[in-house]
Formats: sequence, structure tokens, C-alpha cells
Amino acid sequence: MSWETMIGLEVHVQLGTRSKMFCGCSTSFGDPPNTNVCPVCLGLPGALPVPNEQAIRLAARGALALGCTVHQRSIFARKNYFYPDLPKGYQITQFDRPLSTGGRFAIESAERGAIEVTIERLHVEEDAGKSLHDRIPGKTAVDLNRAGVPLAEIVGGPDLRSPAEARAYLTTLRRLLVYAGVSECSMEKGSLRVDANISVRPAGRSALGTKTEIKNLNSFANVERALEAERARQQALLEAGGTVEQVSLTFNAATGQVRPMRSKEASHDYRYFPDPDLPPLVLSREWIEDTRAELPELPAARRARLASGFGLTAYDAGVLTSERVIADYFEAVAASGADSKSAANWIMGEAMTGFNETGRFAVTPARLAGLIALVAEGIVSHQAAKKVYVDMAASGGEPRDVAVRLGLVQVRDEGALAGWVDEVIAAHPREVDRYRSGETKLLGFLTGQVMKRSQGKADPKGALPALQRRLEGQ
Amino acid sequence: MGARLAAASGLNATLAWSGEALAAEAARADAMPARGALHGVPVAVKDNIVTVEQPSTCGSRILAGYVSPFNATVVERLRGAGALIACKTNLDEFAMGSSTEHSAYGRVLHPLDPERVPGGSSGGSAALVAAGVVPAALGSETGGSVRQPASFCGIVGIKPTYGRVSRYGLVAFGSSLDCVSVFGRTVSDAEGVLAVISGLDPLDPTTADRPPLEPQSPPASLAGTTIGIPREYFPADLHSGVKAACDSVIATMKELGAKVVDLSLPHAGYAVPTYYIIAPAEAAANLARFDGARYGARQPADGDVRALYRATRGKGFGAEVRRRILVGTYVLSAGYHDAYYNRAQAARARIAEDFTRAFASGVSYLFTPTTPTPAFKAGEKTDDPVAMYLADIFVCSANLAGLPALSIPIGRFEGLPVGGQLMAPPFAEAGMLAAAALLERHLDSTREVSP
Repeated sequence: MSWETMIGLEVHVQLGTRSKMFCGCSTSFGDPPNTNVCPVCLGLPGALPVPNEQAIRLAARGALALGCTVHQRSIFARKNYFYPDLPKGYQITQFDRPLSTGGRFAIESAERGAIEVTIERLHVEEDAGKSLHDRIPGKTAVDLNRAGVPLAEIVGGPDLRSPAEARAYLTTLRRLLVYAGVSECSMEKGSLRVDANISVRPAGRSALGTKTEIKNLNSFANVERALEAERARQQALLEAGGTVEQVSLTFNAATGQVRPMRSKEASHDYRYFPDPDLPPLVLSREWIEDTRAELPELPAARRARLASGFGLTAYDAGVLTSERVIADYFEAVAASGADSKSAANWIMGEAMTGFNETGRFAVTPARLAGLIALVAEGIVSHQAAKKVYVDMAASGGEPRDVAVRLGLVQVRDEGALAGWVDEVIAAHPREVDRYRSGETKLLGFLTGQVMKRSQGKADPKGALPALQRRLEGQ
Repeated sequence: MGARLAAASGLNATLAWSGEALAAEAARADAMPARGALHGVPVAVKDNIVTVEQPSTCGSRILAGYVSPFNATVVERLRGAGALIACKTNLDEFAMGSSTEHSAYGRVLHPLDPERVPGGSSGGSAALVAAGVVPAALGSETGGSVRQPASFCGIVGIKPTYGRVSRYGLVAFGSSLDCVSVFGRTVSDAEGVLAVISGLDPLDPTTADRPPLEPQSPPASLAGTTIGIPREYFPADLHSGVKAACDSVIATMKELGAKVVDLSLPHAGYAVPTYYIIAPAEAAANLARFDGARYGARQPADGDVRALYRATRGKGFGAEVRRRILVGTYVLSAGYHDAYYNRAQAARARIAEDFTRAFASGVSYLFTPTTPTPAFKAGEKTDDPVAMYLADIFVCSANLAGLPALSIPIGRFEGLPVGGQLMAPPFAEAGMLAAAALLERHLDSTREVSP
């Protein structure tokens, strides 16, 4: 039997604010436990939340980047449950009146090509603290630095048909949110978290299968692996005549297995109701349009503009726009006067190696443009330029200075060139005779010998004619 | 001040105070560069309003000894105006009650009759003002918890418009209803305190950005004022002493030139049931934070964190608080949410519309009895929660509708004070207070009424 897989993802991203959702405490990551706290995020008696406007703005920006409608009126709600890392005994979130609904964007599916996926809603909420089970033997410690950190919860529609599509969805979603300046989207720092819903059904049937939810996935690769494991588990169950139970699961990255969470962790009656401490969130049409106008150019538009405006291939434009910083760097190099195709090649080649290691570009756009110009002018060879680049990345010098210091400036001086040509002709009399008797393809070999004698410094544009003149007997 | 507090100790109205703290308060006020509007005026503060200098227990074992790291906005404003925080006052636990019998620290006695209750939940503050210990005190209202004890104790109680006074530092009970409110011996005393504490607070997003409350001098008459008398507040079985006192006020209003009109607030009967769904629902969430994990009294427990919660909350909360948490959890739970919470919200909207319609018809203020009876005896209603809840039948509508309202003493029946209530449109406190001050001048509040 063939099976159809239905996957929908719920993604939480940390909104990139300096302060928390409802108080002025810092959101900085990695500080000592319980140092970024105050009466509000500790839930002390009498403290009240005050919404962070910047968090609302970033959430609205994210919603607009995902094609959602941002509503002029939305409502904060309390989600009630007891847990030691939840200081108030409820989380402030949004429930039946979220900030935004109904988005869509395109992703590239390996199986189905370009497909459109939907966003059911994007709403704002506060994060809980962190329970640390390994700090104090036999006890649980609580760190409330994260409590009250602003989040956007993004609920995707059940549009994905494979674990690979789920991964493609996450990659595209992250790119959009990073481009729009909404979130850093770093899974390592916990600023992007994924829960995945999956069900399977016999191909062609319209009724949905029972879904399960895999919680707290910690990397895009593990989202894909966990979904593959769960798809296989559900299919095996159904093929054996069993039924899938609606459960929450966790994924063990070490074993590649999913296992059900204890039912206590999974089943809650959250008793949502509007938070009476917070008036309805009312946004004017102008505010929403201002926020839309602030949106930077998004990846698809930028890819199209780079391809047409700079004459790049679709592939190159795609690589250069895969991250906003890469595209920014490319445009800065081009703006410094570099030929756009050379700039693209340099960035996708030498520069990308360093970027992938360090997450930043070590050579300023102006210096990379300067180096490209030195190659174009024939002042350094392409091979030599790679050495200059490596040195610049480490030393931070100007391209011409580095080329001079490394002795990589090409020699055009006719006397010097003639000297190297004479040496080659003297050293290779047999090849010179064969050339003169019509074996002209030996010109390449002899030119190579000139370059070798000059230790690569001879400018080929000068060396070749000088060699030819001597060979023709002038 | 200290001597007066000590002399009144038999009322069990105070929770935390000390002579040294009082001296420090006085020295602080004297050292201020300019004399504030309340320079040197001692003000007692209900113990669900947090203060740095004294513990804030909310009358609960679960917060025994809890000291807040910050002052409530209203406390900051009082001190900024030169007032002295005289003491913290006893209350029904977490402000849940109508008699100040539900305190973990014992009941408060009525200053005129120790057998009776002072009303509640702000009974400690009311008793201290009535006993002449302080000229004014802060209480809080969720469903009449200042006006009802003001009526029982024969003093003035003002509940402002929701949003007029910051709730920052008021320990939440029913957040959409809670208002810091004021007791005074006279309208003027209470008004002076209200003017100081009112106004926008960036720490409370539910405060309103309105011009400050400016105390007005009372008008010469009530000419041009229309007083509405909602018939639902004068049922046939209304206590005869209360009815007689109200009738004489209505006669005085007419003598002062007011036009008095009969009218109907048809949804008035839904106020108590609506209140007892919405307030507990919000309370159940608001009190979830008292779990022994971070502060307050933690009960020892073997087992997992749930055992800790059970022990701490089971032993830390009194019976009335537990009852309301259970009710509040129930009315929000899956399957009952629509039938209770959502319908209560719809009823609340109807109750508010009744008032909007009345005021839109040209009525300036509404006049009603504050309570159905004078102060009752201690123990009389403690075994019958519904009878206790009905003590708030005339006061809780103003909380549901967010309206300003006040109670002034209008006479005595068998020696016990009777209170009359004025209710006004949102943010119309100034006019309502001026009218109340004029009535105060023309009423002998200690006169025995004869039905």
C-alpha cells in the first residue's frame, strides 16, 4: 500500500528585542541563572505586565513577511498550568484572537518542485523559565532568565508531505524571519524551537489520519530524522492493522527513536481566558502599513533582482541570497566597483569558506573589490590573488600592499621579461627547434617555462608576445 | 499615632505596625523639601497593597512574613504627598469576604459593637477610620469591599472608576474588577487621598490617561441634578431601617433642588451570580502563583512537585479562598467555559448597558442603599456562603460596570450605621463627590431613623 504523509509544524521564535515581553529585563543569553529578573517576570504579588511595543512590532513584521494578515485588534489570554518554571501559574499568550492569521509563502520541495505552504496564525506570547535537572543532585533548579522572553508562535498548515519538505519549510521560514530582522533564529540558543505534527493515510483517501506531535526538536536535521522515524512507526502500525493513538512524543537523537511522553506532561486543560491585566492590543491601520513599509526586501524578491540586475545565473543568485548577510556582502562588493560576476565567484568560492567557518566575512567589501580590480587589471594573477586574499583575511591589509609585500605583483617590464625569455630559449633548444619547424602548440609549454622562471610574476600578457617575437627570430 | 493604634488594638484591625516605623515615617515626611497635599496625614493601608517597610500578608498564612521588594504605586504616591503609612490593616484573606471574618489573623471587630462585623473585605481599614484612629485609609474593592464596610461602620467609602487608580502593587484578586479605594471620616478626607493616588501609571496598562481628579467645593444646591432611583435596589422586603434612611435622603435631595426619577436597571438581578463567576475565574489564575516554589510559606512535602503544591496550597489557603479557586477553575474548564464564564461575560455587558442607558437618559447619579441591612453579627453568615455573598448585592454592579460609586453614612438604625450609595458615569467622580459633600452637610448621619 502507498501512504500519504501530512505534516504541519509549530515553530516558536524569540523576537529579537533587548528587553522582555512585559518588563524591562534583559533577554541576553547565557547570563548566570536568575540574574535577569524583576517583580514582573518573577510573578511577585502585585506586579503587572506592560507590553513591549518593539516585540509587537517585530511579531507584526514577521507576520507580514510570511504573508499573514495583521489584525487591528487582538487579545492577550492566560494559559493556565502549574509548573515551577512558570512563575505566575499561567503563560500570557494569545488564543482566539491572535495578532495575525492566514499567511502563505513558497518553498522548494525536492519531490514536488515549488509549492505554496500556508500559515494558520502567528501570535505573540512570553516564554517560561527553564527547569535544570542536572545542577543539584536529586533536585530540580529553576532559572527564570528566560521567563517573559518574547516569542512568536507560528502555526503552519498541514501542507507538508514529507520530512524533507518539513526541513525545506524550516529553512525557508528561518531565512524569511532572519531577513525581516524578526529573530536570530538560533536553535543552539533556543531562539527557534520546533514541534512537529504528523499523520499518515492511505494515498488517495481524503479523511485525515490520527496525528501525533513530536515536541522540542533541537535541529532541522533532527526534525527530519524524527519525522522519518515517526512516519515509519505510524505506517508499520497501520499496515499491521493497528491504530495510531493521539500522543505527544519526544525524539531521542542518540537512538533515532521517538517515545511517548508521560500523559501528565501531555494532557492539560489550559482554561484559556482573556488576560484582564492587558487591554486588547489595538493597532492602527497606519501602524500596520508603516510596519509593512519597514520590511526589508525578502529573499525571493532579492534573488530575482540580483539575477536580473547583476546578470547572475539563477543558481548564483540563489546561493548569494540564501542568507541576508551574504547578499548584503555581495551588494557591497559590487557597489565598491567590482565586476558582479567576479564578485559572485569570489564570494561563493574563497570568501564562503571563511564565512562557513566563522559566520562572518573577514575581508571588507572595498578590499575584496580592490583585489578583484587588481586581477582585472593584470596586476596580480588569479592564482596569486588567492594568496593575497588569504593574507588579507588574516592581516587586514590593503590588497595592493599585500600583493607587493608577498612579491605577487606581475612583472611587465620588457627587460625583465626578455631576460626570462632568453633563459628559457637557452635552456630548451630542442623545443625551440621543433616550434620553429612548425610545432606551434609548444608555445604553451614554453610560456609555462617563462612563468616558472619568473616564479609566477611574469605578466602573461607581456610574456607571450615577447616569447613569440624571440621565437619568430626577431 | 502609636498610642491611638495601641488603644484600638482590641479591634484586631491592624496587622503590621511599630512605633519606630511610625517615627521614621514622620521624620521622612518632615525632611521632604516641600509640604505635600497630605503632609503628616496618617493613612492606614490594607494588607493586600504591598509595602517595602512592612510585610504584606493579604491576611493569608501562605504569605506569612512576605515582604515585597517594591511599594505599590498608591503607596509611593501617598508618601510623595507627605502622608505617613500608619499601619497595614487586617482583611478577609486575599480580599475574599464581606465581613473580615476570613482572615488567617483573626476577625476584625465592629468599633461600635464587638459582637458585630465591620463588613469586608477591607474591614480593618474601615474599623480604624470609624474608631477615629486615622482620618483616611486605603482599601480595595473587587465587589464592594470598601463601600460595604464603610456603610457598616458609618464612614465614607469611595470606589473610583476602573482605571482611575493604579493597581500596581495591589495583590490581584479579580483583575478586571479590582480597584484601590478609599475610606475617610468625611467626603473631603477621602477625596483628598483619592486625588493623590489617582492618575495614569506606566506600570499598569489598565490605568486611564485622564486629567487628574481635582477636588471641587460642594455646590450650593442640587438644582439641575437628576438623581435616578433604580427600583430593583428597593425590593419590597428591604430592611425597614435601611429603607427609612434612604427615603429621608431622597427627601433631602428634593429639598436641595434635585430632580428625582424612578428608573429600572433590568439586569441588576444578575449582578451577584455574574460576579461570583467572573471574580473566582480571575482569582483562580491570579492565585496560581502562590505555590511555595519562589516565595511565601512552603509546606514540607514528600514526593514530586505536585505534592509540594498540594501541601502548600492546601494548608496555606483558608476555606473561602479554596472555595473560590475551585469555583473559578470549574467555570473555566473545558465543557463548562461557555455555560458559565462566557455567559457571565455576556451578562456583565448587559449590566453595564443598563447603566449606560440610564446615564444617557439624562440621569446624573443613581442613589441606592449601600447594603441590604446594617452590620450583622459575627458568625451569622459564615456557614452560609450565599447569604454572605448577598451582603454585596447592591455594591457589586459598579465593579462589574467599572463605574465610580461611593457610600456615605445616612443615619442609624438601632444604633448601627446605615449607608447610602451614589453611582456615577465613568470618570464623573468629581461631581459625584461634590454632590455627596453637599448631602453630608445636610444629613445628620448619627440620627436614629424610625421606619
